[in-house]
Order: sequence, then structure tokens, then C-alpha cells
Amino acid sequence: MTETPHRTPQEIIDLYRTEFGAGILDTKITERGEGVKKVKAYNIWIRLEKNLLRPAIKKLIDIRFPHFAVIAGSDLGEEIELLYILSVFYGTKFGEYMVTLAIRLKKTDLTVPTITDLIPGALLSEREKQEFFGITVTGIPDGRRLFLPDDFPQGVYPWRKDETGIKPEMVKELWTINRPKDRPAPPVPEKQAAGEVSPAEGKEKTTGGAAE
Amino acid sequence: MFTFQMDGEVVKSVDFAPGNTHRGIEWMGMRRNPVQILHLSERICGICGIVHALTFARAVEQIAEIEVPPRADYIRVIMFELERIQSHLLWAGVAAHELGFDSLFYLAWKVREQSLDIIENLAGTRVNYAIIQIGGVRRDISTEQVQLIEKGLSYYRGLLDQMKKVFLDDSTIRMRCRGHGVLTEQDARLLCAVGPTARASGVAMDVRHDYPYCAYGDLDVHPILPPQESGGPKGDVYDRISVRLLEIAQSIDIIQQCLDNLPTGEILWEKKMPKLLLTLKKAQGEAIGRVEAPRGECMHYVRMDGNDAPATWKVKASSYSNLMSWIPMLKGEQLADIPIIVASIDPCMSCTDRVAVIQDGSAGFLTKDDLTRLSREKTWRLMQCR
Repeated sequence: MTETPHRTPQEIIDLYRTEFGAGILDTKITERGEGVKKVKAYNIWIRLEKNLLRPAIKKLIDIRFPHFAVIAGSDLGEEIELLYILSVFYGTKFGEYMVTLAIRLKKTDLTVPTITDLIPGALLSEREKQEFFGITVTGIPDGRRLFLPDDFPQGVYPWRKDETGIKPEMVKELWTINRPKDRPAPPVPEKQAAGEVSPAEGKEKTTGGAAE
Repeated sequence: MFTFQMDGEVVKSVDFAPGNTHRGIEWMGMRRNPVQILHLSERICGICGIVHALTFARAVEQIAEIEVPPRADYIRVIMFELERIQSHLLWAGVAAHELGFDSLFYLAWKVREQSLDIIENLAGTRVNYAIIQIGGVRRDISTEQVQLIEKGLSYYRGLLDQMKKVFLDDSTIRMRCRGHGVLTEQDARLLCAVGPTARASGVAMDVRHDYPYCAYGDLDVHPILPPQESGGPKGDVYDRISVRLLEIAQSIDIIQQCLDNLPTGEILWEKKMPKLLLTLKKAQGEAIGRVEAPRGECMHYVRMDGNDAPATWKVKASSYSNLMSWIPMLKGEQLADIPIIVASIDPCMSCTDRVAVIQDGSAGFLTKDDLTRLSREKTWRLMQCR
């Protein structure tokens, strides 16, 4: 973990483009400044081919050993997108960038190589993705469930939006317990909701509050 | 639940299984609109009343390109730092309890009340503040409230030296904490530890310093490392106590900076709720909200695709990153030291509900109370031989 030179977001993207060429599908840099001085914070987004995931993480380690935050995932229908969210140059005054490496997995082939040999801290996140998306992480040193209980049904993946997601009969309607019988069942129809202004909504208009 | 393999009194290997408190909040959130999720996200954690709401709001504001008024940014920081003070004091009390110093535990929690009173005055509640709104904050700070905060700050300034003396100069606390639960700098980086846990090991990372958000870009913030005079960063329980105590002092300083430079103007980007909801419904894109919570980096990833509810909402709480550090910390330690080491990362969940101890191939179960009793007995033994 030797000190390597600090780079700008564009330089990081250029390094990736030179190294991986057409394997990089899309890149973008987003920036955001808040407060009075609007000091900018940068996010780097790199979408790449699935087989380039491990080389891309190695490249980031070469640039500076990153802090691994989490693997986020989205069910896009035919594919599942995994976003490896990391940050580089932590410890530099206003010089840290978030780097998101995104890959897409076809639902017919939901396997991804482990990165725990490069960054051991990624283990919990990989275990979580296995149980919540039904992905197989090849080479994972510990493939047990993390958050889901052992008696949770096999083949149900809570964050999937297809038929393997949470089934309606699994959802417990806790709000119905001990609820008076004479109340209408939600959701209240849209017409009624739009026609009536409840006291809570009226208050919002004056105070800017959010009583949803 | 933890499983330890023991060799006599010494921990040989560690395994833990979280998940007893998993409630599927992200799943619920993907069926609600962002303003509803704000309230849901506040209920992820009972102690971090503002952390998750602010992180989520910042992610959504980036997607919808909502400009937050500077005054709201400053009020967010004031609330956030008040929360850090109350959270660290709560932790100090828990740590004292695990060590067997119950009078210190009551003292720390009594002192904590002052910050909760200020928070209640500003937000209306002591927990789940509901002060964050997408595009700003819901309540302004009046001149009288500024005076109230300043009074609270001077109360804490007067107490700091005393607290440092009680916690850091006590020889029994030093014996129980110095050299125990060590996390080396190398391990902290590799296992991606965050917050005071990483800083106590000498990793100078702090989102407020590295990655500006809210008003932190305008303020003077630096990562707090264990002081050189106490032996520099060793990465043990003692260093984690001293980092948290120094962070309380830093939070007081940050709140003072905010009060001195509080800008005037609006506190909300859009007061009309239907207009805000319509803007959010139209918003498309993805963003990361990131803050430095009392326990370390907290991060939300949100993707919106033009529907009421976000398509993806991934929450990464601070303790999620710190769990792995338990393994190197606990190896080679005694059974009686487990409670304080586990508590030293300030885990944000009901963790040591039960402990399985495997000794000579036979398994035995210890509850949290059994472990705390062992820890207290060790402290009393140490006090007697002093």
C-alpha cells in the first residue's frame, strides 16, 4: 500500500480506457457541490464487460488501494446489474472519489468471480448478493447465508423482480392486526385522495412539512 | 450470534452470524415514494435518527438535481454533529457498563441528556428526528435556539477534561483496554473498516474531510487519530475510546463554526409537496449518497427510473463494514474481554444475544449477561491487585 500519485477523475477514466479499450462500455463523471462554497465531490461511473471485473479491481488497487463500500445490485429484467462501489484516495482533503464499477450478468448465467482475494473486506457483501439475487460467486471462501434465516425457502431471492422474488403470500400484513373492522381497506382510491385535502396535507402547504 | 473455538481461556477462532434483526426495509422501500422512504429510513436504526434519512435524501437530490439552500445544509450539519455527541456518549456509557463501571455508565448517560434536550428542542423528538426533507430541512433554527445550543456547547466544553480524565487516565480502564482487541492498520485497510474503528488503527479516513457534502466543504474538519502522547495509534480498545472522546470535542467545534457562519435564507428547495413529488416522479438516474455517521461511512445507492418508487435502494450502514474487523480483534483474547472488544466497534444491532463456546470439542452456550459478568469479575480482580 505504497503512496501513489493523486489523479483527477478524468485521468482515472483515461487510465481505464487505455488499459481495457473496447471492454469499457460507458463512463461518466458526476459532481456535486453543497454548502456556501460548493466544494465539488466527484463520482466516477465505469460500466464494463463482465470478464474485466477482476482486472478492473486490480487496476484500481494499482492506482491506490481503494476502500470497498458495498456491492449494490439491480434487477433489470433480462439481466442483473452489479455495482461494485469503491472509493480511492481516502485521507486526501476533498480529494476522495467514489468509483463504481458496473457489470451486467445475464439471468441464464448468474456467475461472477470473487474479489475477496484482492479485497478481503468484500466477503460479507458477496455473501449477501448470493442470497438476495441468487448469484453464484465462484471461488468465495465462505458461501453461507448472511442475513436470511436458515429456514428461509430455497430459490426465493428477495431483491429479484421476477417470479423468484418475494411471493405475495410471504408478505405479512402486520398493520391489519387488531385494526378496527369498520375502516376501509387501503389503498384509498386515487380520486378520493385527490378530492379531499386532509388536515395533514393542509399543514404541509404552510410549513413545508412532509406528513406522508 | 457468535461461535468461538477456545483453547482454555483463549479465543482460537471466531465466527458470527448476523441477521436476527433483518427486516427487509430495502424491499419495503422499493414500493414507496422517496418522501415516504425518508420516514422508513429513519427507522433503520434507533440511535442514528438522522444518518439514513440524510444519506437517502442526498442520493435523491443528486438524481433529481435539487439544489439544497445553504442554510439547510448548515442546519443538517448542526443536527448531525449533535447526533454524533449523543451517540458517542451513549457508546461511552455502554463501554463503561461492559467494563463493570456502572457509576460511570450512569454519569455518561446523564451527560448525554443535554444533547438529547437540544435535539428535542430543534426537531421536536429525541429519536427519529424527522427534520430532513428532500431539498432541505423541515424546521428552521431561531435566535433563541442558537443561544440554547451555545449554552449546551459550553456545558460539554466544561465536561471534556473531566471525561478524558475519568476514561483515559484510569489505571484499571487502561489495563483492561490497552493492548486488547488490536486491529492493525493493514487489517483495517484490507477489511475495509470505517469510522472511529479505522481511525483508531491509524487510517486517516473521514468522509467529512475527504469527500465534501452538506456544509463540510466550508468547515474545518480533519480525521481524528489517537494522540501521539498516549503512544500513537495501536488500534486497540483504548485508542477507540480516545478517538471517540476527541471526536466529541471536534463536534462541539464544528457546531460552533456552523453557528458563527449560519447563512440566511430559505430552508427548503420546494415547500409544495405535490410539486416535490411530481419532480421526484419524473427524476431518472442513479446516485450515491454518502455521509460520515458516528460509526463511520454510511452509503445509500438509489436508482430511479421514472416511477413513484425507486427501482433500487441499497443501504450500506456503517457497522456493515466494521463486522469483519471482529475476527482479528478477538483472536487470542480472553473470554472475559469479549464484551468490551465487541462493543468497541460500536455495533449498531442487537449483537451478542448468545455466544457458543466450543472447548475440547464440546459446545457450551453463554448469554450476553454471562459474558458481561465475566468481564466485570475481571475488572474487580484487577482493581483488587492494584
